[in-house]
Amino acid sequence: MISVQNVHKSFGDLEVLKGVSLDVPNGEVVSVIGGSGSGKSTLLYCINAIESINSGKILVNDIDVHSKATNKDKLRQKLGMVFQQFNAFPHMTVLENAALAPRIVKKMSRDEAMEIAKKELEHVGLGDKFDVYPTRMSGGQQQRLAIARALAMKPDFMLLDEVTSALDPELVGEVLETLRLLAEEGMTMICVTHEMGFARDVSDRVAYFHQGVIAEIGEARQVINEPQNELTQKFLSKVR
Amino acid sequence: MNSLFTPLSWDDTGYILTGIWNTITISVVAIVVGTLLGMVIGFARAESNRAVNVLFGGVLDVLRSVPLIIQLVLFSTFVGAIGYPLDPFVAGSIVLSLYTMAFMSEVFRGGFESVSQSMQTAARSLGMTYWQTIYHIRFPIGLRAVLPSWLGVALSVIKDSALVSVIGYMELLRTSEQLIGRTQQPLTILIGVGIFYFIISYPLSHYGRSLERKMAI
Repeated sequence: MISVQNVHKSFGDLEVLKGVSLDVPNGEVVSVIGGSGSGKSTLLYCINAIESINSGKILVNDIDVHSKATNKDKLRQKLGMVFQQFNAFPHMTVLENAALAPRIVKKMSRDEAMEIAKKELEHVGLGDKFDVYPTRMSGGQQQRLAIARALAMKPDFMLLDEVTSALDPELVGEVLETLRLLAEEGMTMICVTHEMGFARDVSDRVAYFHQGVIAEIGEARQVINEPQNELTQKFLSKVR
Repeated sequence: MNSLFTPLSWDDTGYILTGIWNTITISVVAIVVGTLLGMVIGFARAESNRAVNVLFGGVLDVLRSVPLIIQLVLFSTFVGAIGYPLDPFVAGSIVLSLYTMAFMSEVFRGGFESVSQSMQTAARSLGMTYWQTIYHIRFPIGLRAVLPSWLGVALSVIKDSALVSVIGYMELLRTSEQLIGRTQQPLTILIGVGIFYFIISYPLSHYGRSLERKMAI
């Protein structure tokens, strides 16, 4: 389980997170929506210890993420992350991309790492692309590679940071379909997204971020269809 | 026939080969040492803060801006004056290596900076350590990006090595000057020397281009 407890985070004078609390039990999918600059991506970066926090606490499987004693490299193995940019490693084939971290981080043998990588690539529908270089693939395929690469580490959680925002509209569907599959398999996920349909249909709960706080959180269908907070209503009426 | 001068003959082959060999030796030394140092400094500059960069940058600017011939003469005179005269090969290698390093460090810095922060964050998010990310992601991507510029610097170092003749190193240009003095056949000899520089430079740049095509993935 991921537990975010009253987290504050500033970049210089700018306070981006102003006391955010959020519990995500295992198996739950939470979508985080909100305007740009509302702090939703920063929250993911803080959970993954890519960014430090100023105060508060984040627990992942009861491990204090920001404690000095925590091995952050080890922690990140449990937290798969996918970004808006595809970030495929351009000097490796698709298979090598997915097999790299299991091999060098988990110290698996080459064959073992390849086996896992192949399985995850097939999982996201890239079973015919093993030996292709990622720059030869579409954005949607590259993003699915990024998902498979994260899954190859067998994470307990997936953090998804606007993974469809850089995609051409016709490619959004295939990536969302992959995420829907993960959700059905019971993966615990926090998705920062602008896809309201996805947030409503795939996630269990939706959190609306506004200026560094969670202005509203609740059951997905209810938040998207009948938001209680005036700010949420305003936001949703603009993005629809 | 003027007895002061003797024409070029096959007996001079050994002498010319020595010159060729010495040119190759000092070029290889300077390129290898300059590349390794340049890689380290380029990486340090890409990674460090402004203060370090200004300090490094000043020294590198001097090395890049002062003509090589002046650096060679100043350095060899200086070490001689303080009582440690160096063999021309050693003095020449030091100066040429540092000069190469100054250019290479900029080349490598550009390459390392071209690897996006986001790419490195993605690697870290997989659990890779800082050094694993450097070794598996940043270096290989950065080095591919700089190959053409690296080759350009390496080729100019081969040609610049001719300047080491001013401090008495018997490389190709100096041997040919001496042969010209003896034979009074400057045209033949200089054309020959020119062809030699072309012969080692051209395959290198050709090979570089094909390597570049191969790696343009």
